Amino acid sequence: MTTSRRFLLAAGTLAVPRIAPAQQAPGVTANEIRIGSTNALSGPASAYSVISRGLEALFKRLNDHGGVEGRRVSFIVYDDAYQPPRTLEQTRRLVEQDRVAFTFNQLGTPTNSAVHRYMNQRRVPHLFLASGADKWANPSEYPFTIGWQPSLRTEAQIYTKHALAQKPDARIAVLYQNDDFGRDYLAGVRDVVGARFDAVVRAASHEATDPTIDSQIVQLQSTGADVLVCGILPRFATQAIRRVHDIGWRPMMFMTNVSISAGAVIQPAGPGRAAGLMTSAYLKDQTDPAWADDAGMKEWRGFMRQYLPEADLTDNNYLYAYGVGSTMIHVLRQCGGDFSRENVLRQATNIAPMELPTLLPGVQVQSQPSNYKVIRRMHLQRWDGRSWVRFGQAIEGSDV
Amino acid sequence: MEGVCGKPPIRPNPADASQPARGAAIRLRRYLPPVASLAAILAPLWLLEGFHLFQLTVAVIMALAVLGLNIVTGYSGQISLGHGAFFAIGAYVTAALMSHAGWSFWATLPPSAALCGIVGYGVGLPALRLGGLYLALVTFSLAVAVPQLLKHRSLEAWTGGVQGLFLSKPEPPPWLPLDPDQHMYLLAVLVAGCCFWLTSNLVCSRIGLALMAIRDHPVAAEASGMDIAALKTRAFAVSAMITGVAGALSAVTIEYVAPDSFGLPLSITLFVGMVVGGVASVLGPVFGGLFVLFVPSIAESISRATPGVVYGVILIVFLVGMPDGIAGLIRRAAQRIGWSAEDRTT
Repeated sequence: MTTSRRFLLAAGTLAVPRIAPAQQAPGVTANEIRIGSTNALSGPASAYSVISRGLEALFKRLNDHGGVEGRRVSFIVYDDAYQPPRTLEQTRRLVEQDRVAFTFNQLGTPTNSAVHRYMNQRRVPHLFLASGADKWANPSEYPFTIGWQPSLRTEAQIYTKHALAQKPDARIAVLYQNDDFGRDYLAGVRDVVGARFDAVVRAASHEATDPTIDSQIVQLQSTGADVLVCGILPRFATQAIRRVHDIGWRPMMFMTNVSISAGAVIQPAGPGRAAGLMTSAYLKDQTDPAWADDAGMKEWRGFMRQYLPEADLTDNNYLYAYGVGSTMIHVLRQCGGDFSRENVLRQATNIAPMELPTLLPGVQVQSQPSNYKVIRRMHLQRWDGRSWVRFGQAIEGSDV
Repeated sequence: MEGVCGKPPIRPNPADASQPARGAAIRLRRYLPPVASLAAILAPLWLLEGFHLFQLTVAVIMALAVLGLNIVTGYSGQISLGHGAFFAIGAYVTAALMSHAGWSFWATLPPSAALCGIVGYGVGLPALRLGGLYLALVTFSLAVAVPQLLKHRSLEAWTGGVQGLFLSKPEPPPWLPLDPDQHMYLLAVLVAGCCFWLTSNLVCSRIGLALMAIRDHPVAAEASGMDIAALKTRAFAVSAMITGVAGALSAVTIEYVAPDSFGLPLSITLFVGMVVGGVASVLGPVFGGLFVLFVPSIAESISRATPGVVYGVILIVFLVGMPDGIAGLIRRAAQRIGWSAEDRTT
């Protein structure tokens, strides 16, 4: 960060003029709290727009029950089509024109990157982003930005912890896609293994454009590794599962939870070949019969029936929305009527550990001013040949 | 032809010229449009602030990018659906030089424009053999390919890969009492103003007329001794340079570049801006830039649920109501009231 000092200088010049303290708490009136967000309501990533629909419904329910401290929440979502310049434009519209108190659950990694500095210069809370990147948990440089879901790096830490707990002298192979997504996995393994990284870890990477990853699999097998951690996208996940099985390699194999769709990954690879494959989860699975009578899931289903009767209940973005929205509402309640930006940020970064209706048992939501990783624990699950089966306790990522 | 290339069709009648009032009217006709335009360009500096000024800055940048496209598609008649690629290259060269090499923004403009010009020249070569729809597809493939190339490992040290690059806007000099948004607007207007001026000179020159001749009747143009190959490829190069400069401005305005910023929708947006503003017009891109920036927001404010439909309807209304673009409408209106047309001929 060669420019960090210039950031601060720019922050000073940008923040001082024009936003005079005419309003004590921007976006807050006697009966309203204004919250902004951006999402891909159009364009290639618009499948995620259901998150905004879920959040709007959740705030509607909150308002129907009297809002927070007598104030209604108005939740303004603008479309950025997943284009970073549009995100900046829409975010500036939210902050400068609509004068929102803060933004909440803006979607995407490149899109949030485009407003990361702006939000911190303006000192506007940039809360609970819908992105799995690890960089949102950086309270010393970017105190106004906080993520929510477990990062990819946390996920890799959890796999490594479990592998070392089972086999203390494990030799770990990491297969990752050579980009930010894949490298977060390598970083997570390194976090846990530490100084022994060079001795026990063998890594192989591939490009998103490679036709196959067969040679990487063979290369990793030849290192004698008995654990395989994969940070790869679904198409390669199918290949990896099949190839590892077919060459007779039987490592303890972990697959990123990005690539575990039964229909898109496991079936094409062959459900039998995937037996024993492990992955992780933090949300409940609405199709799992185990949750048929679960109180939390009943609460979620009741909410969906009443506020989103048309919605597709198999879309787990609604579970995500319910979880992240509940966290936001919890923070608003915790504010105790003081919705200034300082206090909203203080409360958002001081969440005492709590469980939520749509999160797996043992997976808590929490934050401290020094640790912005809101969800740190995940459950492991194993493919038993027909479906994913959870086992053991929730495991916490390492604190780095 | 009257009003061609900025020469006002003033034919002072000797009888009228003797009357001082008439002379004043002529002076008014001659000087009012430029003075009024200058005022209209500079007024937002004080009238708008923060977000609105930022939006206007982006509109100016889009206008500049559309201007580039207009040279190749409007004046020289070669359809390009890939100008988003040049925009991206311009943005990335500036971003890479500023964030890796610590260059100042101004210093990055020449290399940025030069690289875009070279790539544009290269794209102009197949354009010699492929006309019309085929060229549209070749440029289209460029627009599809560039965001992926920007992520490629071999370029990652420079492009920052998927994560993109961060940079800072140039800070206003201490003697200039402007905040960063005002300064950025002024900068964009200055750069864009230069490009518009140069372009209007270009299209009014022999070269501009030659381009239009090639567009309208290539056989006749060649028979008149015009070097079609050289003109077409150079038109592509100049066009890419201008769009690339717009990309460079965009990089410092947004202070962030990422492959997702320069996808296919950008190229289509530029094309829409060109057609709505006015094909083969220097003034048209200004309206095109304003249109592509503001109409989507207006559509979103009219209907939260179906902004795309509203946008489509507005677009159709514009195309039906102003078949030769906003600039064409203005030109006809100006001709009707007898003032010199601000705009260039088509």
